Amino acid sequence: MNAPNKSGWKPEMGEGGTGPAAKTASGDAGLALEEALIFELGGTGKCGVDFDEEPGDVSPSLAKFARKAPVDLPSLTEPEAVRHYTRLSRQNYAIDLGPFPLGSCTMKHNPRLNEAMARLPGFADIHPLQPMDTVQGAFEVIEQLANWLCKLTGMEAVAMSPKAGAHGELCGILAIRAALEARGDAREVILVPESAHGTNPATAAFAGYRVENIPATKDGRVNLQALRDRLGPDVAGVMITNPNTCGLFERDMKAISDAVHAAGGLVYCDGANFNAIVGKVRPGDLGVDAMHINLHKTFSTPHGGGGPGSGPVVLSELLAPFAPIPFVRRDEKGRLRMVEERGAKEHLPQTFGRMTAFHGQMGMFTRALTYMLSHGVDGLRQVAEDAVLNANYVLRSLEGDLDAPFADAGPCMHEALFSDDNLPEGFSTLDIAKGLIDEGFHPMTVYFPLVVHGAMLVEPTETESKAGLDRFIASMKSLTARAKAGDESLKSAPHYAPRRRLDETRAARKPVLTYKGEGVPPGTPSLSEIGGS
Amino acid sequence: MRYLPLTPTDRSEMLATIGVDTVDDLFRDVPEGVLNAEIAGLPAHASEMAVERHMKKLAAKNLSAADAPFFLGAGAYRHHVPASVDHLIQRGEFLTAYTPYQPEIAQGTLQVLFEFQTQVARLFGTDIANASMYDGSTACWEAIAMAARITRRDGVVIGPIHPHYLSTAKTMAKFTKDEIRELSPALIADAGDDAMIAMIDEATSCVVVQYPDILGRIPDLARIADAAHDKGALLVAVVTEPVALGLLESPGSLGADIVVGEGQSLGVGLNFGGPYLGLFGAREKYTRQMPGRLCGETVDADGKRGFVLTLSTREQHIRREKATSNICTNSGLCALAFSIHMTLLGGAGLDKLSRINHARAVKAAGKLAAIDGVELVNEGGFFNEFTLRLVGQDSREVALRMAKRGILSGVALSRLYPDSPDLSEGLVVCVTETCSDEDMDALVSALAEELA
Repeated sequence: MNAPNKSGWKPEMGEGGTGPAAKTASGDAGLALEEALIFELGGTGKCGVDFDEEPGDVSPSLAKFARKAPVDLPSLTEPEAVRHYTRLSRQNYAIDLGPFPLGSCTMKHNPRLNEAMARLPGFADIHPLQPMDTVQGAFEVIEQLANWLCKLTGMEAVAMSPKAGAHGELCGILAIRAALEARGDAREVILVPESAHGTNPATAAFAGYRVENIPATKDGRVNLQALRDRLGPDVAGVMITNPNTCGLFERDMKAISDAVHAAGGLVYCDGANFNAIVGKVRPGDLGVDAMHINLHKTFSTPHGGGGPGSGPVVLSELLAPFAPIPFVRRDEKGRLRMVEERGAKEHLPQTFGRMTAFHGQMGMFTRALTYMLSHGVDGLRQVAEDAVLNANYVLRSLEGDLDAPFADAGPCMHEALFSDDNLPEGFSTLDIAKGLIDEGFHPMTVYFPLVVHGAMLVEPTETESKAGLDRFIASMKSLTARAKAGDESLKSAPHYAPRRRLDETRAARKPVLTYKGEGVPPGTPSLSEIGGS
Repeated sequence: MRYLPLTPTDRSEMLATIGVDTVDDLFRDVPEGVLNAEIAGLPAHASEMAVERHMKKLAAKNLSAADAPFFLGAGAYRHHVPASVDHLIQRGEFLTAYTPYQPEIAQGTLQVLFEFQTQVARLFGTDIANASMYDGSTACWEAIAMAARITRRDGVVIGPIHPHYLSTAKTMAKFTKDEIRELSPALIADAGDDAMIAMIDEATSCVVVQYPDILGRIPDLARIADAAHDKGALLVAVVTEPVALGLLESPGSLGADIVVGEGQSLGVGLNFGGPYLGLFGAREKYTRQMPGRLCGETVDADGKRGFVLTLSTREQHIRREKATSNICTNSGLCALAFSIHMTLLGGAGLDKLSRINHARAVKAAGKLAAIDGVELVNEGGFFNEFTLRLVGQDSREVALRMAKRGILSGVALSRLYPDSPDLSEGLVVCVTETCSDEDMDALVSALAEELA
């Protein structure tokens, strides 16, 4: 984190100073800029795109399908559009602005070399269905990335096409289902720990499985005895997150896998937290059969305000024959080929099928491979070590201020978990989170995992400096001290964000999901008056 | 290492604060023998310059669309994307933000999503749209699942949609109760409306119709919608080329209940198939059955307008195994790119863009159909994409030979439908505003020579 501006304005200065500012006529306040919707700003008599030619008439055969009027959408010219989106961007917090310790999300720095490489025309401007001889380099990216993923996880094969983590989970569970069905024993139940991400039970349910919870031990891990007691001929498998969502390594993982396998089930590992162990631990050594890897977490592809992600799934020898199509293979002449519907019967007869159009998130593959090559296998090990070091530093620095339910049991992995137990009556986890916004940080993950009351899950990642962590720790100490002192202003935080707390109940009670104002006003100019350069 | 800010001194100070001697003391829960196992065969770290060299070498092995006359579509379209789009999506505040779960400091992303939802709804002619899905194919099977929740039926009739979309839906159907009956395309002008209508019965949950379809033909959505509704079924329209809706009547206005699509063609680019952008719109009465995130308008504590993610009781992080979908990460940045491109175009620009596409495609189709041994399948009309029958030829072989001449001529149906010999002569050709007259002439003369 960059050094604080010592002369900067501080909350304790109050609104006073040189007297409250008058309301401005514009609604803006200096660099705090409000921005209207495009439907309020945009016109219909202008266009942000010029064309080299005039459009011809619609062919007669198409006339009966043609719309009567243009789609009712406003346009902005380029200067207006650049300003609109730039002004909006300034209402976002982002990794580029400061620490983003959102537990389970691995908000690490997104290297810009990744962006530059993904934009090389040889990657960005090629079509997924070009003749295969014209895209050998793209196949090679996939092959190389697959090799990295298999080696780092100690697994046999990898399905590259899943679009994101939850899609990868589905891939893994469908492979498990296909493998069990192939031996005539589909089974009915998937066991999931209480602390699991919501995607785990949702995925298992979508694949037609009944979901049952595995209880946790007092130290935040899977209760091995309870799991053993539940295993039986109806259990298809387990979905275990390791390191788990309490930030702890499942030290019984090998015993869990052995028990599940002995009972005829299979082991899915949610790899969302792979950043803690990349280069240090190979999940394949722990008996895992399938695990997705969020390239947008561990391998630094940007989150983009909610996506896109990419969720390749590594598979054990047992599950590899059931992987989805398509996949890349080298033929006898050494040429790379994408095995699609054509060739599947020959090269992967037991595939459970296709999960998506085309071949997966190529743009994320180029970014992730760029990142892996940059770090190398030695650098990735350092990534895990620094991520774990940073989290433990936060844990030990704050355990005197906040309740850390599992801190006595030993070190955490890449994230530190706190509860609201030490907060005084009337103050909640939400207040600490919103207070962090005023302090200039993105809040940690709150109220997850569900196994801890008022959970606060802090994942600093390895790209945070010690100075940045010290500032975060100081802010957290200040916030808990304010809560303990009964500082009511914390309950209405944030005070310095573009918006104060938003009324979510109102949003859900009568949803307004699209702009309902006036559409294109009457008197819209005819098309010939527009654009054309 | 350039991405790791901790210094050796920092590390030892921090270990001291924690009260351990080495970093491996923090990994003490990992079983011995598993921790730090040798990982062989992977390179060590490299400089930015070295990595760049490696990646550029790989990129150079591909023939990019910019370097060849280019006529591929079939679910992925090449349009010119204004430079400002890529500039804006690379602003760190958009690029490196997370899902807007803290709305006070995510109004930029949220307002964009609200604008995006409105743009998609207006384009599709639906009441509402969500904040995006992974891509068109996954949006399509989510729509099938949603229709089953609404109708509580399990019959699915699927018309001539993109075969990868069909394949995806069939994979999912293996694990749900859905019974899919599909109408395979044939190399004829008739888009198969009657055949689809004849397949609808009282057990049908939905009819899935691509508009325009995989061969570029345009089905009569209004007729199919009426037939579906008569039997209590829903119409799911699939749009793989949203630019077509600049010219064609919107599916929603023709009676589609759910409209899904691939948004890649605006703002996103080809990217060898991903990341792309799933579009998802529906009637308002089905809001609570929608998959994916929804952004809604509200006010903050000061009464100022603001936006939040809403109705999340449908979603996995709240509802877990009872959620409408397991989707979490979506395609936010691609939605931003789509939205910016759409904002630059506006309705009038989209109208013009779509007409230019159409006119150029008509021109190319005329020239191509004049070649000996080439027949135009789409006599009933098309937008910017049409299918040629290359009489007596395997289209995959022809496409490969054309590529050797430096021309990316189209998508071979024998690649998309390896098990349908009836389609093996089909080549789907797409002509957008990026195809110049010179490109077109090169395609026509090369194809004529190949077939001569």
